[in-house]
Amino acid sequence: MTTRRQFLALACGTLAAGELRAQLDPNIQAKRKAALEAAISKVVGDAPVRPGKVKLDVPPLIDNGNTVPITVTVESPMTEASYVKAIHLFTEKNPQPYVLTAHLGPRAGRATVSTRARIADTGRVIAIAELSDGSFWSDAVSVVVTLSACLEDGLI
Amino acid sequence: MARVAVTVPPSAKRGEIIEIKTLAQHEMETGFRRTQTGELVPRDIITGFVCRYNGVEVFRAELHQAMAANPLIAFTTVAAESGTLEFTWTGDHGYLANQKAEIKVV
Repeated sequence: MTTRRQFLALACGTLAAGELRAQLDPNIQAKRKAALEAAISKVVGDAPVRPGKVKLDVPPLIDNGNTVPITVTVESPMTEASYVKAIHLFTEKNPQPYVLTAHLGPRAGRATVSTRARIADTGRVIAIAELSDGSFWSDAVSVVVTLSACLEDGLI
Repeated sequence: MARVAVTVPPSAKRGEIIEIKTLAQHEMETGFRRTQTGELVPRDIITGFVCRYNGVEVFRAELHQAMAANPLIAFTTVAAESGTLEFTWTGDHGYLANQKAEIKVV
């Protein structure tokens, strides 16, 4: 005999599965990963990216993914000899993961950039700093998004 | 007319690091959304931002679809001399916005 509880669980599960199948591309995970890797390799090339030096400041729990405040700070003396050339920002789960590239120079004084991004889903935010000596450093922060950006198009 | 806003301190000491905040009013349409009839809404975003200090470029940014609507960009620069800071935003469909701010360095 099916109890009311079992029936509800089954009904919800079937509905949710049907909904998902209608919306999501079966290869969405692989596609997102490929898009992220392509975007990162476009700016980094073949150079190795090491963790460290970069500090990414993002709220860990995001109510609204449409405007997420992000601050990137890089440890650097910012002199003519050693400075941060560029800061690149990516989000893992967006249909288009590339957020921003900021080009700085020794005249910036401090290697800090703040902005607001759209984040489609719970996942990582990645910042990569390009230093004047050609090395790349990165930081990644996992965030939880409750209201996603770009949800209505069924892309995420 | 495109509306933009910048915050620059009116005066600063020589060599001081000043923070500049910029905001542009723009939808930043991603090109991924669809209308109710299923047609794609064409992409319309700001793609570039430049800040020049007395004609010398001190900060430049490339923006993509994952930027939030009304993009805010905050950065720092060293107050070297009195003069003008010029801000330029460029984007799809010939979008162009300019703003100027004066700074007095003592």
